[in-house]
This record gives sequence, C-alpha cells and structure tokens, in this order.
Amino acid sequence: MEKMTRVSAGLGSASVAGKTMFCHLDAPANAISVCRDAAQVVVAGRNIFKIYTLEEDGFVERLNLRVGRKPSLNFSCADVMWHQMDENLLATAATNGAVVTWNLGRSCRNKQEQLFTEHKRTVNKVCFHPTEVHILLSGSQDGFMKCFDLRKKESVSTFSGQSESVRDVQFSMKDYFTFAASFENGNVQLWDIRRPDRYERMFTAHTGPVFCCDWHPDDRGWLATGGRDKMVKVWDMTTNRAKEIYCVQTIASVARVKWRPERKWHLATCSMMVDHNIYVWDIRRPYIPFATFEEHKDVTTGIVWRHQHDPQVLLSGSKDSTLYQHAFKDASRPIDRANPEGLCFGLLGDLAFAAKESLVGGEAGRKPYPTGDRRHPIFFFKKPDVTEQFAQVSSVLNVFESPAGGGGAAGLMDWFVQTAQLYLLSGKPFAELCDHNAKVAKQLNRPQVSTTWTMLRIMFSEPANLSSSSANHNFSKLGTLPLMNSFSMKELSSVLNERNKENRQDNIHSLETNINNNDVENEETEGSEGQAEYVFGDAELDDDDLYSMEHDNQTVEEQDYALPQEAFPLRHEIMDHPSAPEPLEKAESPHVSGSEAESVCVCLTPSESVSLISVSQLLFPPNLPPPFFCPVVKEMLSYYAEQGDVQMAVSVLIVLGERIRKEIDDLTQEHWYMSYIDLLQRFELWNVSNEVIKLSTCAAISCLNQTSTTLHINCSNCKRPLNNRGWICDRCHQCASVCAVCHHVVRGLFVWCQGCGHGGHLEHMRSWLRDNTHCPTGCGHLCEYT
Amino acid sequence: MEGARHAVARWEALGSRDASSRDGAMEMIRQEVMRCAEGTGDAPGGHLNDMLVRVLVLSKRCPHADVREKCARLLQSAQDAGVRVPRPLVNGPSRFIPEKEVSGLDGQTQSIFEDAFASLGRVDNVSMVMGFHPQYLESFLRTQHYLLQMDGPLSLPCRHYIGIMAAARHQCSYLVNLHVNDFLQVGGDSKWLKGLESAPRKLQALGELNKLLAHRPWLLTKEHMESLLKAEENSWSLAEVIHAVVLLTHYHSLASFTFGCGVSPELHGDGGHTFRAPSLSGYCVCDIANGNGVTDDLLANQLAMETSGEVEVLMERMKQLQEGRDEEEASQEEMATRFEREKTESMLVTTTEDEESLTSSDVSRHFEDPSYGYKDFSRRGEHVPTFRVQDYSWEDHGYSLVNRLYPDVGQLLDEKFQMAYNLTYNTMATHQGVDTTMLRRAIWNYIHCMFGIRYDDYDYGEINELLDRNFKVYIKTIVCSPEKTTKRMYESFWRQFQHSEKVHVNLLMMEARMQAELLYALRAITRYMT
Repeated sequence: MEKMTRVSAGLGSASVAGKTMFCHLDAPANAISVCRDAAQVVVAGRNIFKIYTLEEDGFVERLNLRVGRKPSLNFSCADVMWHQMDENLLATAATNGAVVTWNLGRSCRNKQEQLFTEHKRTVNKVCFHPTEVHILLSGSQDGFMKCFDLRKKESVSTFSGQSESVRDVQFSMKDYFTFAASFENGNVQLWDIRRPDRYERMFTAHTGPVFCCDWHPDDRGWLATGGRDKMVKVWDMTTNRAKEIYCVQTIASVARVKWRPERKWHLATCSMMVDHNIYVWDIRRPYIPFATFEEHKDVTTGIVWRHQHDPQVLLSGSKDSTLYQHAFKDASRPIDRANPEGLCFGLLGDLAFAAKESLVGGEAGRKPYPTGDRRHPIFFFKKPDVTEQFAQVSSVLNVFESPAGGGGAAGLMDWFVQTAQLYLLSGKPFAELCDHNAKVAKQLNRPQVSTTWTMLRIMFSEPANLSSSSANHNFSKLGTLPLMNSFSMKELSSVLNERNKENRQDNIHSLETNINNNDVENEETEGSEGQAEYVFGDAELDDDDLYSMEHDNQTVEEQDYALPQEAFPLRHEIMDHPSAPEPLEKAESPHVSGSEAESVCVCLTPSESVSLISVSQLLFPPNLPPPFFCPVVKEMLSYYAEQGDVQMAVSVLIVLGERIRKEIDDLTQEHWYMSYIDLLQRFELWNVSNEVIKLSTCAAISCLNQTSTTLHINCSNCKRPLNNRGWICDRCHQCASVCAVCHHVVRGLFVWCQGCGHGGHLEHMRSWLRDNTHCPTGCGHLCEYT
Repeated sequence: MEGARHAVARWEALGSRDASSRDGAMEMIRQEVMRCAEGTGDAPGGHLNDMLVRVLVLSKRCPHADVREKCARLLQSAQDAGVRVPRPLVNGPSRFIPEKEVSGLDGQTQSIFEDAFASLGRVDNVSMVMGFHPQYLESFLRTQHYLLQMDGPLSLPCRHYIGIMAAARHQCSYLVNLHVNDFLQVGGDSKWLKGLESAPRKLQALGELNKLLAHRPWLLTKEHMESLLKAEENSWSLAEVIHAVVLLTHYHSLASFTFGCGVSPELHGDGGHTFRAPSLSGYCVCDIANGNGVTDDLLANQLAMETSGEVEVLMERMKQLQEGRDEEEASQEEMATRFEREKTESMLVTTTEDEESLTSSDVSRHFEDPSYGYKDFSRRGEHVPTFRVQDYSWEDHGYSLVNRLYPDVGQLLDEKFQMAYNLTYNTMATHQGVDTTMLRRAIWNYIHCMFGIRYDDYDYGEINELLDRNFKVYIKTIVCSPEKTTKRMYESFWRQFQHSEKVHVNLLMMEARMQAELLYALRAITRYMT
C-alpha cells in the first residue's frame, strides 16, 4: 500500500490558525455565517441569535442579538447571512416570513435595522450580493423571491418562480446580475436581477425538493445543487442547456452544499435527516467521501468555510446545540478504511477484479500486465495536484473472460445446454438411463457426474441387471481396472497437450495470488488455464481452505464454471489423502493417489472413479437393499444442489423416481425443480423444460403446464367468440364447428385453415387436400395442409 | 375443491375489462343460481344465500353496467322462482349523500373503479364516495394497495390486523368488518380476532402507540419508541415500526373520513342486506332513522334557500383577507396570541348533541381502555410544547425518514398529501373561478392547530374569519372523535355547498389529520434514532 501524502497547503497571510474546537449553544442552530475577516461567526436558530468570536483556543460569545422582553417570531431564524463587504451588516430570514437586517454598528442594544414583511410564508433563504453593499435577496415558501435595496423601505423587485416554494437563492460569484434559485418541485431557475418578469433559464435538477445550491467560487459556470433525492449534482451552466457534469450520491437528503475554497473539485455537504456527519467530497470520486467530520450528535444544519481562501477550517452548527470548528487535519478519511479491492462476476461468467496497482504490480518479478487479448485497459487514477491530500490510489481493473468449455466453442454454459439436451430422463429401464447419462457426462468431461450416475446404477439396480448391463460399460469389474486407467490417462494427457499449445499468458495468476496472498511458487504463466479456473471456483474460500481442499470438492467446483478437465498441471503440493467432508465421498477418497509435485499431468478422477467402484463393490455387496443408500443419495443430491448444479439434482430425482422421492421433502424438491426449469427457460430449452415439468411429481410443478392453456374460439359463422361449451353458437344458433367435407359436427380433432377459417375432421381435410388445393367449402381460398 | 376453484374464477371473471368474458362468467353464475333455486326447493342452505348476496352486491356496486343489469334481472328471476332474495338495507354508499349523486361517474372514475374491481373483486363504499375526486382516489388507492399488498416489512395478516386495531380505536365498525374479512382471507389466525389479548405479544405492544396516536399524539415520546424497539423477543424493527405507524395513521384518518361522509356498511356485511320481506311502508327502517326519505331533498332545498348568501359572505371575507393583509400589520405578539386563542377556542368547540355512541361489543374488543379519548391539546395545568412545523416538517424531515426505512412509501404519501392539499376545481358552491387556497389552508392549519402544530408563517386570525362555528364543530368532531358525527352535523355546515365539495373537505381533514399524527410519530422516531 502506498503511503498517503499529506501536504498542508500554504496560504500565506490569509491563513487562519485552526484547530478542532467547539462550544455549547443554548439552543439548536438553524444556520451559521462568518464575517469576512473570519474572526467572528453568527449562529441563528429558533431560540438563538448570537455572535461568537473565534479565538485561538475556543469560541467566545461576543453579542446576543436576541433582545427584548418578549421574543418575537422575527428572531426565529431559518437562515442568516453576514455581509461579505460590510462587517456590521447581517440579514436573517424568519420563519414567520419576515426578512430582517441588523446593523452591529448601532449603539443601542437592539441592533435591528430594517424589517421587511412582504413574504406571506416562511423565508427559507437570504443572500447578500457578493460585491454590492445594499442588495439583498430572499426566497420564500410562498414561491416568491424578492430583491431588497437596503436604502429603501420595501423590495425593489419581486420574482415569481411560477412553481413551488423557493428553498435557496444564491448570487453568482462572477456574474454581477445573475442569481440561481432552487425550488421544492425539483427545479432550478436562473434569473437576471434586472428582469423580474421571467427567468432566464430553468431546468429540473432533482426529483423532489432541491434544498440547496452553491456557485463555484472560481469557475463561473459551475453550480452545485443538493436535493431530497440524496444527490449532489454539479451543473455546467456555460452551455445552452445546463449539463450535469458530476453527481455524488450520498446516504441522506442533502441540506447544505458548500464548495471548498481553493480546491476546484471539492465540496462539503451535510444532510437534513438521519445522518449527522459532514462530508467533503471530491466530485470526481463520487463513491467515497474525501473527508468526514463526525463530531455532531444531531443533524448538522449549517456549514461554512471559515475563510474564503482557506480550505483547512470548516465551521458547523447543529441541532445538538453545538458550534464546531473543524480542522481539516483532524478529519477522518474513509478512504483509509476502504477496501480497495473489488471482485465481481459478470453475467456470462466473466470476472472483473480491481485492486491497487501496488498490490498487483508487486508480485515477485512477474510482468504484471502481459499483453494479450483478454486484458482490458487499466484505469489509472492519479491526482494531478501533488499538494492534494487525497490518498493516492491507482487502481487496476482486470476483466477475465472465461474460456469456452471443453466440449465446444460455444458459450460458457455449454455443458449445461448439452447435458440438458442429451440426458435421458425416462423411457428406458433405469439402468440404461443411468448408463446413458453417465456417458453423456463423460463426453462432456464431467467425470464426477458421470461417476455418480454409474454409482446410482449400481446402488439401485437389481444384481441381475447389474451384471447384464456391465457388458456395455467398461467398468464395474475389477479386472478392467488397469485397462481403464491407462486409457483415461492417455485421453487426458492429449487434452492437456492441446491446451498447452495455446500457450496463452494468463494474468489470472495475479488474481489468484492477490486473493490468497500466499507465497506459493508461481513462476509458470503458460498453460495455466486449468489452474486459473480452478482458483475461480474457489475464490470465495479463505486462504487456508484453498489448498487444503479435497480433490472431490475441486472437481465439483469446476463444474460450476464449466471447466473442461481437472487434469491440469498442478503447481503445488497436493495434499495426500485429504479427508472428505461427506460420506459419499468417503468411499472414494482413500484411493486417491496424491501426485508428485513435479508431475505435469495428474490423472485424478478416472482413477478415483475406478477405485470408487472397486470400493463400493467391496464395501456394499450387491445384495444390499436399495433403501440402504437413500440417505447417502439424499445427501449427494443436496450437495449438488448446494454447489449450484441443480440440473444434476433434478435429473437424478426424476430418474430415480419413487426410489428416492420420499426421502426428500416436497418443498426442497419443488425448489430444485423451479430453479432448474427457470434455468432451462433462460437457455431457451423449452422442450427439455416441458419434459421436466411433465415428469415431475410435485403438484406445484406439474400444474405449470396447465396454466394459460385456454383456447378461445370464434364461431365460424358469425365470427363472434364462442362462450359456452358445446357445439352451438348462442348468437347465430348454428352449429359452429361443422366439417366442411361431411357437414357433420366435429367432435374431437378439428383442423381448420387459418386463412379462411374453414375446416373439419382431420381425416377428411387431409384426404380432401391431398387431391385438391381449394377449400372444400368452395370459398375459393387456396388452403394448405402441411 | 375443483368446483370451488371454478367458482372463484367465475366471480373473478366478472371483473374483466373484456365484455364477452364477463358475459360468459355471468351466464355460468346465472345457471348455477337458477339450478340451486329451482332444483332444491326450500333447502338451499347457505350456499344459495351467499350467492344471492354476492349477486345483490354486484347489482349495486359493480362498475360494469352490463353486470349490474344482469344481476338485477337474475335476482328478479330468482324471486319469481320462489326464493327469498336479499334486499339492500342501505341505499347508497353514503348515508349522508343521496345515492344518485354518488353514482354519476365520469370516465376517469369509471376506469379507476374498473381497475379496483378487477384487482380486489369489489369497489368499497369509501372508494365510491371518493369517486367524486378521481385524481385523489387514484393516489389513495395506490398508496393503500402498496401499504396492504406490496412488499413491506410486516406480514399481510399483521397489516390487516393493525388496520383493525386502528379502526377499532374509533369504533369504526365499517372498517373493522372490512378488514376482518381481508384478515381471514390472507390467512390470519381467527383467534386473534377475539381481542388484542389473544394477538401475539408483539402486536399487543402496539396498543399503547395506537391509543396515543389516535387521541393524543403530542404525548408520544422517544421512550414509547424505545419500548417497542428495545432488543428482546417481541421487539419491533425500525422498518416495521414505520410501516405500523403509517398503517395506524392511515386507518385513524380513514375512520374520520368514514364517519365524516357517513359511509354505509358494505352490502355483503352484516347490516348491509336483509332477507326479510320489505315492510309495508315502503321505506327501510334505516331510511327513516337517517331521514333519508323522499322529503329529504325538499328539506335540503328549503334549508339552502334560507341560508343563501352564506357562500357569498365567505367569498367576500376571503377577498378582504387577501387584499387587506398588507394593511393590518398584526404585531408578533398578536400573532402568537392568535394561535393560542385558536387553540383554546378549539377546545371549547364541542358537540352540543352529546348522544351516547353505541359501541358494539363486537368492535370494542379490539382495543383496550375504551375510556381513553381525545383530550384537548391545550388543557390547563399540563403544558406540552407547541410543535413547530418549521422545525420538523413532512417535506423535509418526515419524508426522508419514511423513505429511508420503508422505500417508496414516503413518495406515495408525499404525492397523496400534495394531491389533497392542492386539489381544487376553483369552484365554491355555484361560483366558478374562485381561488380557494386560503380556505383550504385555513382548514388544514386549523386541524394541525388542534393537534398543537403551529405554522410560524400563518396568521391564525384567518381561521376565525373563514370557518364558522358549525363548520368548526364538524371539523373538531370528525378529527377528534369521529364516532360522534351525525347527519345533522354534516348538513348544518356549508349548506349551499355541493356534496362533492363536502367530500373534498373530508379528504382535506383526513390527510391533515394523518400528517399531524405522522409528524408526531416520526419526530419521536427521529429522536429515538439520534
């Protein structure tokens, strides 16, 4: 991991020393604002209106503006703003609709200067013109914005948004005449202060209220808005249409947004509800806050950067009745705690993996990104600004595509489709079904499945059957063992050689090593397909588990990802005689021979299967009653289903039929059926899916075929729908389905031409159209019978 | 079993938008009814009666005219066959509003009803009455459907049971009966219906919240939420609490609406129909009791004549207020006292006719502590701080909280509130083109005022100007103790206004009440969370 670089920004004379500190207020704050010289802050709320001086080591109350015997609602502030030109001038927005200005220069206790009560509803926001001393703007719940000239007694102009309540108004920092207003219905409007008749521009920024907006202090075209839809959006206003250029998704509705001074990409937000933290975002990285201030115990209601050129100190007021000064160096950095690695499977079994560059690149001398068609571009993320404090993260995104299965060049789930099509589920004696399916599985290079089928046959067949069927299958007799073994060996090694010829470099290696973080020697990069996928399958497992896995499990895992063979070159020590987790596998495992580490080709499964048979025959003489195996088979089925191979579970279920059905509860069966049918339908294997539905014994499944099978018929005479069952149309009172050839009512199979609607008995029509091409009614239509 | 499924399918097919499939289903039903009626003589048992009641309901409430007509004919022919057929005991969906007013539907309402009928197999009387305002009805049904049927943290029977609990607080037998049926239909345990003691502990714990919300929501504190949410065996999750709160408030306010508009019992329920032969006088007993006879219209007209000018006065006042607002600058103190005055006055507004409400034991078993009722917010000696909307509003705070814990519901409720608040046809009685914003706002704020919720930016003097005493009595009754509503109250306010406008007022009251309760409950939850 790279070290984070933190460089404090030198500010020169403008810099204000700041440390994290706070003071208690007497009441919840609604808004805060700072004086231009950053030495004082005003806090306003329903029951508070005070000015504090910012000293080196704390806040000192300087003035309480809430005077008078009976506090009037004019003091109940929704918003406050300190003039940035005149340090004696303040304005507040009152909840009762009043806009009040205050002059600190007044000598008496009551500093109230002017009172405007023109708004009919709560005023949500006041805003002084950034450069003009006497201009004040207000936005109210009643949907109006008013511009006041403080030298006059009443407003100079009124702007009607023609939509709902105004939530925020902000003068543009750069354009003298422009201001932005945000509305409760999601709109943002731009106005020219000289033209109160209509807005210059309007666009919908959010769904639901837009609570706040803020112009970028440096870039004149940028406006940030925050809404109840939990989003902060940055708009480029320089173009004809306002264009959304950045969007940050937060976890709660956004109450305030403030650009960070001197940092082009940063802004601070706080939320209206639920979430009490203040976040500073880098808008280019919208998924994780750049910094968080977590001091407040209730929602933060006001945030302001202490000095307009100092990015290091932030002030905030909150409903928890505290006023905080946050120093940036004390902020918590979520990025430090974030996990920079991401792993995700794609729809087609592709895998995307993102990790820190250092992690991927630091692998023992191996070229991190071998060129190859399967590697997708690497995305670097680097800050151009060295003084920036964001943790330097450069991530690498690799996308790995799974190669086609061993059976064919088609898709990844090829084995699934083929298996589904080739399996026989009924129509033959049990033993033959098993054999057939075993063969299918074997052809598709799924030896464990194949073995399972064979085992099932042995378990459930009558002894007599067994010996007869063994003729067309080459094992089950001890004598065939060696032959079988060598055969498989050959077959497998040829496959492997083919594979090696491809000789493609595969950076899945890096994946593997990253995930497991272990030091297994790992120099080879070629011919690693098998190895790589092998890791794929086990990717979810813990490091320790990975290499202590039993072979049996590995083989099953592979099936999930359509792996062609387990005969891959193993690069590490294989555990000898691993202990298998399931009773089913116990039978097999003792005979698995651990291979030598150097061996290039280890033939695992064929030997397993052979040994398995020998063992099972030894352990369970054929005269054992089939029910003896039921618990084992049941566990095996659950095991397959767990592994995701619901196909196997269902196929076995169907083939075994009554032999096993009672062992498994209906709900599980139904669940398996449903999953399998769903899968089949996704692969558009309608026939197979229908067959499965037909063969299933669950009531819930077999009724699937009965749904929407109603056929609506129109009367052939009057062309109206036939409603009642029977042969007579109740509208025209004629027999609806008369054979066009024999003129009798057709009961049973009725065939008719889709062109002219005439038809009749299947046999009659067939024979008629054998000799004629025209419709038997003589309507002149050229009917076709195919 | 098979037969039963067929039967269900047949009844369902009546809701189809396709006329021919309705026809088919109707024909099957006709055959079966007639077979039962003729074949078995006078031993038809419950089956035939059940069917006949259904047919009766359809003949009155089905949104499809063809089905209504055929059902009526079927009843007639059954009667001709010598079977005792049921008669409706109530005339329209509402006891206050003449049936012919309600049934005049426009296209939009019709299509909403058809949708509702297709999905639920019924159009209940509440929807029929709301049919005056199709835009609102649509939003209402969508919300209710989401709350009861769609994904949510609570199980289906639980939802209906909470609805029963809430409606029972106001002794609203209409809603209770409706949801007892639904509750059983979704597989609820009929044991629970014996009373709250028989329900699971978890639901029992909700009793207190139900009681407070219904009558004195301002007393809700975060401690109440804590006791529900504390980790133990029968505790609630936050999402469940939100769901329950929304359901409770929904049904409290719906009970207000039900009483406010005098919604009649459903035809298929008890008291909706009778198999007795009609009495000689030709009126139902109910009709007479409700004064729903023929003379009614005449009487109403007469009354209207007497009080003509009422509307004009009201409009004049609104105009004055609108214009004169800038001149009379009320001081801040004055404004504050106006709110207090309105608050205390609302306390004095009580129903003069304090008739004994007939609590049927049937309904009352669903709630405990029946003596607990609305106590005026501003009683002496007990000071509860005023709730300031500016500090906790639905739009800013409530919405966010609800949507966070129970996705989409915040949006639905928000739309419904806005719909109710902004709904206007710019008419008042016979006058067109009137801006009723002030009036609507006065009603809304008056209701919130009774719950101690204050808008800083509202001059409560306006309420006094715009709402007369009769109207205030009505509002207060509907919102605080709806079970005491009488037809006289309904008639004595705003006599010249149309029924649809009175229903509009009821919608406004219902939503304002719901929002008030929700605000208190959500504030308590927010406080619990922080």
